[in-house]
Amino acid sequence: MMTRNETVIISSPHLHAVTSINHVMTRVIYALIPGILLSAWFFGSGVLIQSLLAVLFALCAEALMLYLREKPLRLFLFDGSAVVTALLFALCLSPYTPVWVNFTGICFAIIVAKHLYGGIGYNMFNPAMAGYVFVLLCFPVNMTTWPLPAGITDQQATLLQILSIIFTGPSSLENFDSLSGATTLGWTKSQLSGMFMITEIRNSPLFGSFAGKGTEWIAVAWLCGGIWLLIQRIIKWEMPVFFIGTVFLISLLFYWYDSSIYLSPVLTLFTGGIMLATFFIITDPVTASATPRGRIIYVIGIGLLTYIIRTWSAYPDGVAFAVLLMNAVVPLVDNYTRPRVFGEIKHG
Amino acid sequence: MNRELYPFPGGLQIPPHKELSNAKTSLITPLPDSIILPLQQHIGTPAVPLVKTGDKVLKGQIIARADGYVSVPVHASTSGKIIDIGNYTVPDPLGLKAPCIVIEPDGDDVWFEIKPTHDYASIDPKDLQDVIREAGIVGLGGAGFPAHVKLREGTESAVDTLIINAVECEPFISCDDRLIREKPGYIVNGTRMIRHAIQAKYCVIALEADMPEAYAALKELIDDDIDLIQLPVKYPQGGERQLIKVLTGMEVPSGGLPIHMGIVMHNAATAAAAYRAVIRGEPLISRYVTVSGEVNDPRNLQVLLGTPVKHCADQCGYEDKEGQAIILGGPMMGMYVNNMHMPVIKTTNCVLVTSTYNKSPEMPCIRCGQCVDVCPEKLLPQQLFWHAHAKNYDRLREYHLFDCIECGCCSFVCPSNIRLVQYYRKAKRQITQDEQTRSGADHARERFIARNARLAREEQTQNNELLAGSDIGELDKQAFIQAAVERTRAKRAQLGKQENSDDDQE
Ligand code: SF4
Ligand code: SF4
Repeated sequence: MMTRNETVIISSPHLHAVTSINHVMTRVIYALIPGILLSAWFFGSGVLIQSLLAVLFALCAEALMLYLREKPLRLFLFDGSAVVTALLFALCLSPYTPVWVNFTGICFAIIVAKHLYGGIGYNMFNPAMAGYVFVLLCFPVNMTTWPLPAGITDQQATLLQILSIIFTGPSSLENFDSLSGATTLGWTKSQLSGMFMITEIRNSPLFGSFAGKGTEWIAVAWLCGGIWLLIQRIIKWEMPVFFIGTVFLISLLFYWYDSSIYLSPVLTLFTGGIMLATFFIITDPVTASATPRGRIIYVIGIGLLTYIIRTWSAYPDGVAFAVLLMNAVVPLVDNYTRPRVFGEIKHG
Repeated sequence: MNRELYPFPGGLQIPPHKELSNAKTSLITPLPDSIILPLQQHIGTPAVPLVKTGDKVLKGQIIARADGYVSVPVHASTSGKIIDIGNYTVPDPLGLKAPCIVIEPDGDDVWFEIKPTHDYASIDPKDLQDVIREAGIVGLGGAGFPAHVKLREGTESAVDTLIINAVECEPFISCDDRLIREKPGYIVNGTRMIRHAIQAKYCVIALEADMPEAYAALKELIDDDIDLIQLPVKYPQGGERQLIKVLTGMEVPSGGLPIHMGIVMHNAATAAAAYRAVIRGEPLISRYVTVSGEVNDPRNLQVLLGTPVKHCADQCGYEDKEGQAIILGGPMMGMYVNNMHMPVIKTTNCVLVTSTYNKSPEMPCIRCGQCVDVCPEKLLPQQLFWHAHAKNYDRLREYHLFDCIECGCCSFVCPSNIRLVQYYRKAKRQITQDEQTRSGADHARERFIARNARLAREEQTQNNELLAGSDIGELDKQAFIQAAVERTRAKRAQLGKQENSDDDQE
């Protein structure tokens, strides 16, 4: 007999499916790539720079925290979760975001939202959303100015200009205003408060064929990536379907009620962060409810809150806030949605 | 016959790997150098030896008698000489030793006198149970629960349906498949016999769709009296509660028994063994064992109980290689053993040699819910893990830890590679132990004294009976008492050791 470690008890099952956290995260990253490239096409290389910076910062912050918490570095650093957090965070940022904002957000996401809660698996709040909301509250101005999407102006910022905006701030550039503007949602919001009607607003060049210019196609890319994740069985269909369904129904309701001030369901779904959230953010298992019924309640909650915040608050988009709010009630939801055990007779 | 099926929740599709072993005719394993027969090869009280070192025994002779109701005797698997009664390594996840009787075969394989019965229908169902019990028959599918107990339950209450379980859902294992193909008559007649014994209204033999030859073999022999049902392949369909759900749509209540719903289930191999015991008078002394995985000639063997596992593996071209694990049973529920000295016992259905067992490190749970989706008992494996980790035993009960059948589906799919089942086993053991401790020291002592007195009394009468009317020969009273003392000691040592190795694990 060969020498076997006598003290280790190997417990059944001895077979294991081809899966690991790394396997899951790698697939999420693959699914993000088309959307990232399309974003870069419409909004310039700033998108890629933000993503790279975020990934770099995230890996450093992760390594530091693992070191401080005396965790096995190799095992955890390359599980892919920090990269996914960094990419999702970067995708929420404007490509013109100064580097210190990116840095602050990532630090908050990885150090506070992830590791101070106990690291992967234990974090209560989605780290990417926590980081994003944190910088949104700290640096509101930097967060709302976006490059104009390709196809609206011929005036595209050069790589050098982008780098200078990111590393020294927008004030360093004289013609910054002509290179930037509000997002489709932000603009719609301000126009609505200026008593314009949706039909008028719809005529703005910021709108494309069925939603925001450029962003509509990016949203389609998220959708495709998400469907691939569904096929790969990385995410569960219930979550995207119930989330989209909720947003669709509630926007349809208000659109019927008054189509002059409420966006149509298609516009609602394909603008802002909804599609990204549908397949990449609300589906984060760690911060979602763990029971089958709980997950449905969780995504419906996010859908309703997103719509409410978007429509009636001062913020143009509400996904991040909605996700964090629902994260907070997950323990409660879990507790009340424990499924009936096989053969269990439910009383009352 | 068409029958409506009701899929059970959860479950998995796992590559079956049955083709490695199921196409070849089974081989009769040559006699090994020694036969090691543990006194406990079943759930319940260990058997008590009736022989002493130096005795000559014949094939099929009772060498240890049942002790109490939930217990069965042990028979010599071949003729030879008893060379030792003592502690030997047995199939056990902790690598424990337990009392065994060791026979040195004389090579003649001479049968003890056996009493065939040509017509089971002429026997009163109640007597049939005794025959089956005396033949040492236990559930051959897994746990090894004495078969007569289930039969007695069946005769005492009205039985609606008898289910013969030929669903071999674990990957690699094909011993039932082979047994059915080679001896379909035993299965069908065994089924009819059990049905007669418990007077069941309906009778079903269920197998999975990946056993077409076995299906055809059975089909040929059955009439309308038995439903032969092919089920789509899904793990763990062979689980008692799962199979009942699939066939009847009924869920066995949490903590309840199938008999309360008028259902009795026996494994196909058990039915065959019971039939053989009645019709040919041959007790349970051999069984089919699959040897598969990384051996040169994976196949099924007909093995005498007590044959060392190594001897079986050698018949199939086993070579000891670095990094291989030996698993008794299937890859999902079987037990890892770190040597091959232990014998094949009544419940050993497979010897699997593999180097692809799960070695990846455990990561924190990411709450992905994969485990919840596949759990056939609809538990929340991830919550169970959480509470097991926190040693929160009240919550574990609340989350129905004891409904877990340890099928391993949850661990299989977990991306964080958490050995979920291992945590549950440990927690279950801990809870059971705590309960025993809690029941009070005085009470326990009282019971202990009473039990000793009873045992002594029982042994006395048994001895007298045996001395009066048996052909086994002179029996040494001292040896009996010694054995009883030994047994208690061994049991205590076992408990102690179990605790120790649990600590090692942490
Ligand atoms: S499969 Fe593993 S990681 Fe996923 S929820 Fe279950 S225990 Fe946690
Ligand atoms: S081992 Fe237990 S908890 Fe895990 S899937 Fe099977 S029954 Fe469910």
